[in-house]
Parts: sequence; C-alpha cells; structure tokens
Amino acid sequence: MATSETALTQEQIDRGEAPQGYTRDVNVGEIERWASAIGGGALAVYGLTRGTYGGIALALLGASLVHRGTTGHCYAYDAAGVNTAKSASDNPFVSVEGGRGVKVEKSVTINRSPGELYNFWLNFENLPRFMNHLEEVRVTGDGRSHWVAKGPAGTSVEWDAESYNLKENEMIAWRSLEGSQVANAGSVHFTPAPEGRGTEVRVVLKYDPPAGVLGAWVAKLFGEAPEQQIEEDLRRFKQLMETGETATVTGQTSGRTAGA
Amino acid sequence: MKALCWFGKNDVRVEDVPEPKILNPRDAIIRVTRTAICGSDLHLLDGYIPTMERGDILGHEFMGEVVEVGGEVKNLNVGDRVAVPFTISCGNCFFCRRELWSLCDNTNPNAAIPEKLYGFTTAGLFGYSHMTGGYAGGQAEYARVPFADVGPVKIPGHLEDEQALFLTDIFPTGYMAAENCDIRPGDTVAVWGCGPVGQFAIKSAYLLGASRVIAIDRVPERIEMARTEGRAETLDFDDEYIFDKLKEMTGGRGPDSCIDAVGMEAHGGGSFDAYLDKAKAAAFLATDRPHALRQAIHSCRKGGTVSIPGVYGGFLDKIPFGAAFQKGLTFKMGQTHVQKYLRPLLKLIEDGKIDPSFVITHRMRLEDAPQGYHIFKNKQDNCIKIVLKP
Repeated sequence: MATSETALTQEQIDRGEAPQGYTRDVNVGEIERWASAIGGGALAVYGLTRGTYGGIALALLGASLVHRGTTGHCYAYDAAGVNTAKSASDNPFVSVEGGRGVKVEKSVTINRSPGELYNFWLNFENLPRFMNHLEEVRVTGDGRSHWVAKGPAGTSVEWDAESYNLKENEMIAWRSLEGSQVANAGSVHFTPAPEGRGTEVRVVLKYDPPAGVLGAWVAKLFGEAPEQQIEEDLRRFKQLMETGETATVTGQTSGRTAGA
Repeated sequence: MKALCWFGKNDVRVEDVPEPKILNPRDAIIRVTRTAICGSDLHLLDGYIPTMERGDILGHEFMGEVVEVGGEVKNLNVGDRVAVPFTISCGNCFFCRRELWSLCDNTNPNAAIPEKLYGFTTAGLFGYSHMTGGYAGGQAEYARVPFADVGPVKIPGHLEDEQALFLTDIFPTGYMAAENCDIRPGDTVAVWGCGPVGQFAIKSAYLLGASRVIAIDRVPERIEMARTEGRAETLDFDDEYIFDKLKEMTGGRGPDSCIDAVGMEAHGGGSFDAYLDKAKAAAFLATDRPHALRQAIHSCRKGGTVSIPGVYGGFLDKIPFGAAFQKGLTFKMGQTHVQKYLRPLLKLIEDGKIDPSFVITHRMRLEDAPQGYHIFKNKQDNCIKIVLKP
C-alpha cells in the first residue's frame, strides 16, 4: 500500500519525529477511548459492588480500561504494534490505510474457466448469493455500487463502493468511498489452475471495523470472524459455480421440529 | 410422517416428524419403499461418531418412488422407482469427474468440521452426523434426496425392491473393497468380518477372479453364511491363531490381499491388544479399536494389498506400520464411490450373476426399527441384515 509515509514506526516516535497531532503515548482512537472509559468505569463500579474476589478482578480490569480511555494509551496495542489513533488518509486511493484494520486472504480452486468466474463476480449484485453477511448490493452505475451488510448482533452496515481496477478474466478490485461506516477494500484474482483443475480464485479483503481492531475481536465473539466468513463465502461461491446451487440442510425435517 | 430418530447413545425412537420439502433445484423427494439398518448405523447408536444431534433422522440405505422433483432434475419423473446412493455427490467437481464420488467437494454444508478434523471435506452422507452434512436420513416414510439428477439409479420393473436395495451401500462397498485388491488369477483374498459388507466382499472377490476367499469372524451364523452363500473357507476369531492359520493355508505365503470389513469397533476375541483398545477407547485415549486392521496388516503377504471398507473416524493406536512398510504393502480405503458402481452392479443383478437379497435375515416394519437396532447390535436371533418397510 502507498501509506508507508503515514505509518509511524516506534523508532520515529522514540526519536520524537511524530508528526503534528500525535503524542508518543496515544495509540487508541477517539471513539475507542470513550468506549474504554465509559465501559471501564461501569465495570469498575459493578466489580466493587460485588464484594467478591472475582468482583475485585473485574474492578481492576475496569480501572485499567478507564486508564486506557483517559490517557489514550493501550499497553496491549503497544505490544502488538497497533495504533488506531491515526487520522484517515487524504489519499483517495486508499480506503483502508496500511497498518490499520483487518486483512483476510483466502483461496479456492473452482472447476470453471477464469472467464465464467470473472463475469459472475463482475456483477456485484451476484455477491449476496454466496456472501451470507451481505444483504444486498445494488449497482448504481459508473462502476459504483451500494452495499448493505449484516453487522454483529443484528445491526446492519451500509456503504458505497467503486470498482477501480479491472483486468478482464484476471482481476477485479473494489473499495469503499469516503464516508463509509466500514472502510473496506477488496480484490479477487483468477488464475488458471494446472491441467483440468479449473481456476484458482484468490480473494483479498481489507476492512476497518467500526470499533477498530477491538471491534474485530468482538465480532469474533459473535461468531462473525472475517476469516471464517470469507472461507465459507468462497466455499459457497465454488458450490454455486460448479453445481448451480449451494448445499443446505436448512429447513429440512428432523425429530427436533414439531410433529406433523 | 414416521421417522427413526437418534436421541442419544443407545436411544433411537420412531417419531412423528414433518414431511421433507424440496430445498434446492436439484432435489427430489422419495417415498421410501424399503430401507435397511447398516452396520455403520451401530457406530451412531454406540455414540462413536461425534457431531450427532438429538432428533437426527438416521438411515443411508433406502430406495423408493419419486414423488416430487426440483426444477433442475430432468432425468427423473414422478413415479420412477430408484435406489439412492448413501453418498451425496454433485457430479461437477474435480473429484466427481474422476469417479471419486465420496470425495465430492460441494455437498457438505458443514465442510468446516471435517476440514478441522481431516484437513479437507468429503461428500455429504445421508443420516450420518453433522460432520458429514447433517442430512436427514432415509429410515423414514419420505426422504429428500439432494443432487437427485446424478445420484439415484432407476430400477427396472422386473426386479424386486429387495434385490435392488443394497445398491445403495453394502453391495458397492463390498465390491469396491474387492476391486481395490486388484485381484489376479490364483489370488487368495482374506476377509475380516462376515457382516453384510464382508459377505458382499467375499462374493465380489470371486466375481473379480479370486481363486480362494478365506473369511474370518466369530459369529456362527455369519461364518455359516460366508461358507454356504459365499463359498468361502472360514476361520473363527475365537479359537484359532489367525496369522498362523492363514500362513498355513497359503503354503507359507500369506493372503495376497486382506480386506478389513470390520472397522473401528472390532471385538477381536480375547486378544490382549483388543482389551487394551477397549480400555483406551473407554478412557478416550484412542477413538477407534483397530484389532482387525492390525491382524490384516500382519497377515498380508509381502507386496500385497490391505483394502479397508470398514469405517474409521479418528486416531488409531499401535498400527504395525513397520510391518506395512517393510513388506511394501499397498493400502486402499475410503467411503464407497457408490455412483461409480450403480450401473455395472445393477447389470450383474439383472444378468443373474448375484442376488443381493441373500443377506437379509430380518424384515420388520419401520415402527419396529428401535427393536431392530437392538437385536442387530447384540447379534441376537441370528441377525445379519434387517430390512425395514415404512
């Protein structure tokens, strides 16, 4: 990505070369700081009212979150080399900055030609047929489209995207436009597989979840981990392209359903 | 409709459940006219297969009449009589195209589970846990058959249901086991386990040109069937030293190929390793009890083939891999590629080369299936194969 100049290395910080607006210790984004402070405070109060050892542990955890919120410094992020405090880039070609968000990369081999797969994917309105977390994609023209996805815990997320790098039968890339709730970008690559094996399909997705890197962890708790999700999506894409349908047992009969 | 449902270890019941519906364009609904209990269903009853859920409908050997087809099923008509392979396969993927139907890429909706266990997913199966897709089975009055345009085979009117029923699993399974032995003229094939699959392996070995078949079991009526129906020489697990005896019977060479038609729940008479396996499995230190497999590997001649139609699911302990390596053995195994064998084996039945109904010892109503499981599991009443009529 073209953002290495905006990424802040630890040496730069140590040498005091941090650009305007950064302080050495702030590595947590604004919204996250508020969330940490409020959530941590609530946790501390709740923990103290329990009057048990477990309660004390909760209170201590809460206190550390309050500290994280008020100072904007997270030791865990520090250790992991993560910084969510940086402002969004002005570069229009970058929807998700380098060093931020979540990147997922998955491959699958599909017994179809690159052309067939390319053409199916190129119509983004087909994507919800195998990407279960997408509710709808509407092509609005001019390479632009409007996406509606299911978020964690029953919420929904919308954004506008544009396709910006098309290589016929080889590659499709898209990215969200400025002002999106979830900044994201993706590409899919089609490469002929060895003799008689169809096409190797590689998908690269990058996105910046609403509550920063922490949000992705929270999403994982809800069973909506991006890596698992894209793996299942690609499996369904393969089923759809090879067999014309996706294998399912949803809605079948069993001894669990009420008697007929 | 009535269906045989699993509710836990040693707990199966016939329940009233909703009738199945078409869920995908390549589905068909079958009115089941005959279904059977398979030896591998006993692994479910015994709680050996993980990812079962209360209320799952069992049964993967079934045939019947087509009553409804989805929009993409062009080769079947309502009223057709069909036998349904227990493997659900798409016919389009790399594996199906190479006749490796049970390894189908596309038919297991729960592919993530076998991927964790085995690295990759294999085909969906009827009524055989959620690891293999969680598909409702055919021990019921009606069943939904996915990918009905490539699976079911039409049965000609002059054949009885009972002659065609075992095309769904045990006949192709026994046949593939024998075919995997790559039998040459003069070969001796040893078969561990004289249950239904073993019986078909014996017959198939002769059909494929074996000179001799030696069958090994401990249950008198099974040994008897192997002798009379299968024309096999027989050995008893309990009172013979199998290895010495096999060596003796083959002029010191050992059998050219060995078929393990027992699988993960071998009983193995009173041998030390069998007791050890049982103790370990009970303590969850091992998942399978591979006594028959050990014996097959040890007994097989140098350069021979060990063919395994018996089902294994987990981690096997104390497999004599040194013997396998040093003797240069070939191993062939796996779930049966049923679709590959349907038409050739149907032809053998039509030509009168084999009548698969010889294995049937019990005929019961679907309502009595729980009782059927009980007597089959405990090998009571000389039970070898139970056919249910819904």
